[in-house]
Amino acid sequence: MKIKLRDPNIIMKLSRLGSFHQSKLSFLRSFLNEFKDWEYKRDLFDLDKNGYGEAVYSFKKETRVYSLVCFANKIDDEERSDRVIATKWDAAFTLHDGVPTKDDIERLKNEVPKQEVGRLSFKELTLSRANKSVRVFNHVVESLSNGEQPDLDLLSKVGYLYRTTAVYGSGKFGLADRFRIKNREEINGPFRLEMMLVYLVRQFTFDQVNHVAHYKNPKKAVKLEEKICKNLGIGNSTGLGMAPFIVNHPTLLNNWILSRETALKKIREIEKVENKDSKLFVECVKKSLTNITSWNTDSEYQQKKIKFLLKDVEKFINHIEKKFNFESKYPFNKIYIWLEKETCEECIEYIVSIMMEPYDNITEPLVKNMSSDEDKYFNIPTHRTVKELRNIIENKYSNILDINFKKKENHQNFWFISKNKEEPRLANRFEENGSELEQPLAIARDIKKLQEKLLLSKNDLSIAEFLSSNTELRHVVRRAFIIEKFPYSEIQDNTISKNIIPIDMLRLKLSFFGALKFDPRSDKWLRICMFQGAPLPNELKNYDKQWVYKTNI
Amino acid sequence: MRSLSEIETTVKRASRAAGFSWGISEEIAKSVRLLELFGLPGIKNLNQYYKDKEVKKFENLNLISKKNLASLKPYCPIILGVSFLDQVRTIEIVKKIKFINVAYPILFLSFLSRASEIIGKKIHIKIDKNEILLNLNVNIYSNLFNQDFLVVASKIEVEFIENQDSFTESDWQSLYKLSESTFVEENDNLKQGAAGAGLTDND
Repeated sequence: MKIKLRDPNIIMKLSRLGSFHQSKLSFLRSFLNEFKDWEYKRDLFDLDKNGYGEAVYSFKKETRVYSLVCFANKIDDEERSDRVIATKWDAAFTLHDGVPTKDDIERLKNEVPKQEVGRLSFKELTLSRANKSVRVFNHVVESLSNGEQPDLDLLSKVGYLYRTTAVYGSGKFGLADRFRIKNREEINGPFRLEMMLVYLVRQFTFDQVNHVAHYKNPKKAVKLEEKICKNLGIGNSTGLGMAPFIVNHPTLLNNWILSRETALKKIREIEKVENKDSKLFVECVKKSLTNITSWNTDSEYQQKKIKFLLKDVEKFINHIEKKFNFESKYPFNKIYIWLEKETCEECIEYIVSIMMEPYDNITEPLVKNMSSDEDKYFNIPTHRTVKELRNIIENKYSNILDINFKKKENHQNFWFISKNKEEPRLANRFEENGSELEQPLAIARDIKKLQEKLLLSKNDLSIAEFLSSNTELRHVVRRAFIIEKFPYSEIQDNTISKNIIPIDMLRLKLSFFGALKFDPRSDKWLRICMFQGAPLPNELKNYDKQWVYKTNI
Repeated sequence: MRSLSEIETTVKRASRAAGFSWGISEEIAKSVRLLELFGLPGIKNLNQYYKDKEVKKFENLNLISKKNLASLKPYCPIILGVSFLDQVRTIEIVKKIKFINVAYPILFLSFLSRASEIIGKKIHIKIDKNEILLNLNVNIYSNLFNQDFLVVASKIEVEFIENQDSFTESDWQSLYKLSESTFVEENDNLKQGAAGAGLTDND
């Protein structure tokens, strides 16, 4: 039986993309899989009794070394902020290509804590900073220094000791351009070095908390138990900076979604499912309930989604336990059809992610297809005709063409870059100044404009001729020829409407990172947790691949 | 050192601010990134051009022909470059194209380099007395390294080079003969068995 890939007009809607969950294709999981055989080492740990100073951690294989250089600093409580406008952080990090020399560390000590206003070099690959969850960090120090393990209830409410507030890569602030390292096999997967940074930062937070507790009470202090460490991740606060990324990298977006869709299609096409595979799937679904019940958020929007998710997952478990036979033909296809009929979008995508768990043979080859060289598809095929372009738009943007942009609510917002922080922002064009400096992120509106112009042009006119008098539409002409080849390259929704929920765009990207426990703090920024439940570096050689579903706090 | 990613982002924004559409700004960003990658002064010349543009006027050429003459004001190298890029598949049949009076020819150069890749042919350029060879956007070969580029070129000749060998048949035969020394002469036994198909492979 051949199953069709799911329709981009459904999957690429923001509400669906905003319901995606981590899976085996997620970058933090594929990072662990790739680096499990590498030699992990703590090369330097030079902190004072308060936990301030420098540390270096590395992954090494043959002649290749990646080193995380950490700088922990004292900051006052009132200086601590998760906003991107902050200028000081509890700790700052960079991933250095190779073994840093003393001169490198001195240079980085001056630059890394400054973050966006510092300058890195081609020898650095990623850059980040993080703030303590002061409440949790202080509690853990207090407990350990008194010879006790911390309160697990408190830890479970937060899930981490530190939150990163940005992770930069690919040429930002002088970091190495992607092209310098793109041929390295171990990083043939998106954001792999960003994932490495976050993973090593997690270990630094455990080492630092143990160190501070020890110096607070050397005679009595105990170390944080490894099983507790394992159940803690790294938090992250994320704002609108992520949203333009997925619009500005259409072929990359396509390759992420296409990999997910291909995995689902292949799983639905399995005629006979082996007993061990159905057992693993059901076990993961059941164990994952802890991830839902421990998912804390003050956001009413997310609370509602979690409530429906929990209800539907329980309904699904009941269905497969009482009414479903895995020995029937094409069982995962039957499950998928049932999900579409009986459950909410959040639950459909949740179960789709878990369906991948038994199938390394399907997911591992797909991981290799999740990068993209956008430049290869940049040139516009200007020899093509207006008729061809019009056909592409009618076929690929049919829902977009139905939007009436004359209505105020359909173009109420505009995206702009803040002069203060050079970060993307979203505002109401009828209430705020600056819409004349709008960023080219209103793809739906501009595609519609393009179609209106094409309808007035002759069929056999070449695109070169069309562009010579329609230069303002060039950016969307390029996109239309990209979507012709890459069906999942475009969000099939209106990114400037009154009703847009920007965190849907963030969540799409974060789900591919492998984030858990999305906690919206408004409609424009959210907190998440990464690597919660993941193996510690000393366990990487032999770890449980389904660790995501087995957190205990 | 600025990364190419920073260069591309800043050029795109600056070009938009200089009055170009977002789509054209994307083209300029790619082209200046390319110049800097090849070690040519893209940022310096673009910056100077945008300053000049505030006080001087430049002519836009949207349709390229065999001979293109900007008599009063020099051609804008960006609109010229984008037009060339868009029309290269139709104008390559002309073989040789002349442009008279072009501002900041180095900026035009990067678009020509990209055009060379699109049509799969090398492009030879004469800018006044200087010669440049564009090799399918893999590199730019010129005798202008470390020299200041012209602010205005009075004449640019663009010639499409047909794909042909740069060596003689006798050079090739001589080298090929040497390469044959790595081959093994097959005896009857090897002819029979070494390829696996026997002496006849017809059905």
